[in-house]
Amino acid sequence: MFGLGILSGLLIVPLCGAAFILTLGEETEASKRNARWAALITTLATFLLSLVAWGRYDATTASFQLVETHAWLSETTRFKLGVDGFSMPLILLTTFLMPFCIGASWLSVNTRVKEYFVAFLVLETTMIGVFCALDLVLFYLFFEAGLIPMFLIIGIWGGKRRIYASFKFFLYTLLGSVLMLLAIMAMYWHAGTTDIPTLLHTRFPVEMQAWLWLAFFASFAVKMPMWPVHTWLPDAHVEAPTAGSVILAGILLKMGGYGFIRISLPMFPDASHAFAPMVFALSVVAIIFTSLIALMQTDIKKLIAYSSVAHMGFVTLGLFTMNEQGIQGALFLMISHGIVSGALFLCVGVVYDRMHTREIAAYGGLVKRMPLYAAAMMVFTMANVGLPGTSGFVGEFLAMMGAFRANPTVAFFSVFGIILSAGYALWLYARVVYGKLEKPNLQGILDLDLREKIIIAPLVALTIYYGVHPAPVLDTFAPSTEALMQSMRTALSNTQTAAATLPPASR
Amino acid sequence: MYHAIVFLPLVGALLAGLFGRQLGPKLSEGITTGLLAFSALLSWGAFLEVPGTEHATRVQVATWFTAGDLVVDWAFRIDTLTVIMLVVVTSVSTLVHLYSIGYMEEDPHRPRFFAYLSLFTFAMLMLVTADNLVQMFFGWEGVGLASYLLIGFWYEKPSANAAAMKAFIVNRVGDFGFSLGIFLVFVLTGSIAFDGIFARAPEIKDATFHFLGYDWSAWTLACLLLFMGAMGKSAQFLLHTWLPDAMEGPTPVSALIHAATMVTAGVFMVARLSPLFELAPNALIVVTVIGGITAFFAATIGLVQNDIKRVIAYSTCSQLGYMFVALGVGAYSAAVFHLFTHAFFKALLFLGAGSVIHAMHHEQDMRNMGNLRRFIPFTSAMMTIGTLALIGFPFTAGYYSKDAIIEAAYASTRPGHTLAFLCTVVAALMTSFYSWRLFFMTFEGPARWAGHGAHHHDDNHAVAHAGGSAQADGAPGHHEGVAHDNHGHDVEPASHSAIEHHDHAHTPHESPLVMTIPLGILAFGALFAGLIFKNRFIGEGMDKFWGHSLGHGPDNHIMHDIHSVPALVAYAPFIMMLIGFVLAYWMYIRRPELPGQLAAQQPSLYRFLLNKWYFDELYDRIFVRPAKDFGKFLWKEADGRVIDGMGPDGIATRVLDVTRGVVRFQTGYVYHYAFVMLVGVAALISWYMLTGLPKVAH
Repeated sequence: MFGLGILSGLLIVPLCGAAFILTLGEETEASKRNARWAALITTLATFLLSLVAWGRYDATTASFQLVETHAWLSETTRFKLGVDGFSMPLILLTTFLMPFCIGASWLSVNTRVKEYFVAFLVLETTMIGVFCALDLVLFYLFFEAGLIPMFLIIGIWGGKRRIYASFKFFLYTLLGSVLMLLAIMAMYWHAGTTDIPTLLHTRFPVEMQAWLWLAFFASFAVKMPMWPVHTWLPDAHVEAPTAGSVILAGILLKMGGYGFIRISLPMFPDASHAFAPMVFALSVVAIIFTSLIALMQTDIKKLIAYSSVAHMGFVTLGLFTMNEQGIQGALFLMISHGIVSGALFLCVGVVYDRMHTREIAAYGGLVKRMPLYAAAMMVFTMANVGLPGTSGFVGEFLAMMGAFRANPTVAFFSVFGIILSAGYALWLYARVVYGKLEKPNLQGILDLDLREKIIIAPLVALTIYYGVHPAPVLDTFAPSTEALMQSMRTALSNTQTAAATLPPASR
Repeated sequence: MYHAIVFLPLVGALLAGLFGRQLGPKLSEGITTGLLAFSALLSWGAFLEVPGTEHATRVQVATWFTAGDLVVDWAFRIDTLTVIMLVVVTSVSTLVHLYSIGYMEEDPHRPRFFAYLSLFTFAMLMLVTADNLVQMFFGWEGVGLASYLLIGFWYEKPSANAAAMKAFIVNRVGDFGFSLGIFLVFVLTGSIAFDGIFARAPEIKDATFHFLGYDWSAWTLACLLLFMGAMGKSAQFLLHTWLPDAMEGPTPVSALIHAATMVTAGVFMVARLSPLFELAPNALIVVTVIGGITAFFAATIGLVQNDIKRVIAYSTCSQLGYMFVALGVGAYSAAVFHLFTHAFFKALLFLGAGSVIHAMHHEQDMRNMGNLRRFIPFTSAMMTIGTLALIGFPFTAGYYSKDAIIEAAYASTRPGHTLAFLCTVVAALMTSFYSWRLFFMTFEGPARWAGHGAHHHDDNHAVAHAGGSAQADGAPGHHEGVAHDNHGHDVEPASHSAIEHHDHAHTPHESPLVMTIPLGILAFGALFAGLIFKNRFIGEGMDKFWGHSLGHGPDNHIMHDIHSVPALVAYAPFIMMLIGFVLAYWMYIRRPELPGQLAAQQPSLYRFLLNKWYFDELYDRIFVRPAKDFGKFLWKEADGRVIDGMGPDGIATRVLDVTRGVVRFQTGYVYHYAFVMLVGVAALISWYMLTGLPKVAH
């Protein structure tokens, strides 16, 4: 079709939907309805298309697949797309979550409906773009472009302090991205190309790796977010509309992890090795400190946001263990967290739509009137806690096991996370769902309606399914992980032999 | 067949849980109980078949996950140890299901209750059939979840919620060790499946491992970490605090989970991993000492508790200590034998207590009971049997298993055994005392309940309770003295279900048949399980019976040595039992004013015991509150002031100042400005891309 492949299709379909919505006329009830349906149909079509891509994808090899190249800026900077074991599941996660976001915004967004859905569809394109770009400049472009719709979503449709939150979000991410841009330019200078598959086989000098690694780290660490550059996340989450939170926690946070596995680890193996202790330290601090902070939160969304930071700590921990368990665990945790935290934010949205408050103290005893909601929330809470049998367990367990192989002390501290997560998650549940239904304004609260059931049921099913049978996802990661380990091992051993032949003073 | 045993309860749980509303309570009860009874039947079939086969059978169900060289399967390991646990779990669970039909009769949420019970049973079965450590961990946390759900079953009660959370979180502390233990075992042996671990372990038995600054003997460290999990699940000293609070759950739950099955998971785990523990003698010393201390310490608290369920809960804690003593000295078979018999008589005691509570309309405070034997004679008779078995009256079940443990503690030559021996002997005396105290306060003496005797109470049970306390223990004011417990559980004399409300002026009545039949069956077990199975578990037939399911090192002859202990040691438990009985009889029948006087004479000791050695207060002070304070500090100071203050807020303030100025001049819509700015940024970046990069390259 016009020489475009299926990945281009994934980028174009949401844009077409957005364009269509823009053509809808004045903001009337009819046009709002059309915008909603158009957005839903577009995201569903994108999801189906990504399933087709998945069908054509061969999960047994580590090479890039569905590759397509188009002329772009120059001979060395082309519009190149492709997927491998690291990116395919994340693309599926993105396209899978989008319809839920549209569904969650169905009734709660009532102003500037057109623009809202346009922003979401553009956001979807940029997110898919990040995961399938095979050119650094393209990657960068998508990585940064995603900022704009997200910024708008928080800034326009957010809560009371939305301006503060959106600027905080913007400042943090911008800071990181400037450095990343410099690093990309330096890499181009050195390698003469921005083609990712080529760069994966380029050996950068060790000193240069360190600088490049740090520059990329600045950007990815903010996105993750890692401690101590995490403080934008709780504010952004609190102010964002429900669907914004879902995308933020579900997809945007995963871009940092994806960046590490796509760029930092394979392209700068020596630097990654050298900086791993620092990453470990920051991860452990994130796991313990943010869990403790989560314990004290009085705002449901903030609590979940801090818990996200803690979980992302497990991700960075796992990635830099540089063994199969750690890396696959981290990647699996990204997928699982995408589903579970997204679902948790959807659950918060359900009660927020009814009561218009996120204060924990305003709730209590919901189970009495909302048994279905309570059951769904229990599943997600347990997944958040990492109970075996839910998807949350597999990733955390593997990440910690990888950490134990890499550094038992680090693992020791990270395991405190499982105690603390039980603390804050169950306490939240006890305060919101259990107890006596005493608050007068809660007396008439209604259980999930049909729309909400349709949104939440698949997430419940998936959370448990991936907990019992994580193989479809884990096995997709496996070949790419193996290839990555292989190349890193070779690189590291080369460096060591090189170092051994040099006089010690030069090291 | 094993698929059916394990998965039928899950089917029941799913049916009752998902379609409970459509099925209705009667059908939900019927389905779950029926499926479980079938599962129990199959288990007994397996029990007749498996022991005697030398090696374990492996039944592969599916692959769970693989990552690198880590392979985790869903698989069953079937050997003697497994089938013993299968029988215990499914039998007690079936009886508890049956009993609950009567006990929970008035509860509107019965389908949910039965779904949880069956879910628990499924998780427990996954635990005991596990072929590898990770699946065991699945079951381990699964029973934790079910326990959490069932303790908090009456979700409107704040105390039940708190107890449920406490149970889960304290267990997580144990699981902290368990997880690290799994990681270490994997690093050491490259496997998490029992076959792989046991095959590899002896080859590297002298390995060391550097951890937290020390060079540990690798297996000592691994076993200690794993044992930490066992301590949490089996409520051993230091991690015991959740068990008494767990009594907030409905009584059948206490019988099933917090007496017969889940809390014995720790014992099962050590027995299952006995080949590893045999390689780690130092870890076994810790097991012995912790077990001994628990046996003693829990019994001391049991002496003064007034809630009928809490007395039994501490008794359970103490008996679990006995089992760990047996494990610690290497008498694994004796430990599992005690687990087996204990399941019968402890479930009997709990269900009997439930029957009493049912008869008393959810009154749990023994100070408001008395003289019940005349009103509920069958329950009283069953409780007598349970008590006899617990205190180890000759030829009852407890007699064989408990005496074997005490003798093993004496006969052992490992360090720590003397302490364990002394603890278990003294605990035997206290066991007898508190068991008879419970019996006398509940069934004998004057009736102290409403509608009978001096004080009537309709709804205001708190007032009536204060009166009852003064009369029963003869120590006016002591209850008020402890009423300022932080957690509030001591304040509530009788934990009434918030859902069910009764008029207290009823005459106690005997429970319906669905409740008394399980009591009868368990009583049979409590009387004869020892006699019937003694030979196989710990007698001459034991080698053939156990096959290779328990690990015994070449120097471990403990089960042989217990036959040559001095006569005094062999008679010690019996003597202790008699003394305990006489004391209890003297203090609660002949001179009922004595306990109060004693408490008044030794107020600090009394309060120390009544407040459970102040462990809750201590933990609150050193763990809970500092964690919260530190969390608040990190949030407000570190995140808020330092990070935000220096970083984004500082900058953002400047940006916002500028913004405000610009906005005032322009459209008045901040987002317009924001959008323009972003477009500008994007344009800038694009310009860099198009012009900057290629130039740099050349």
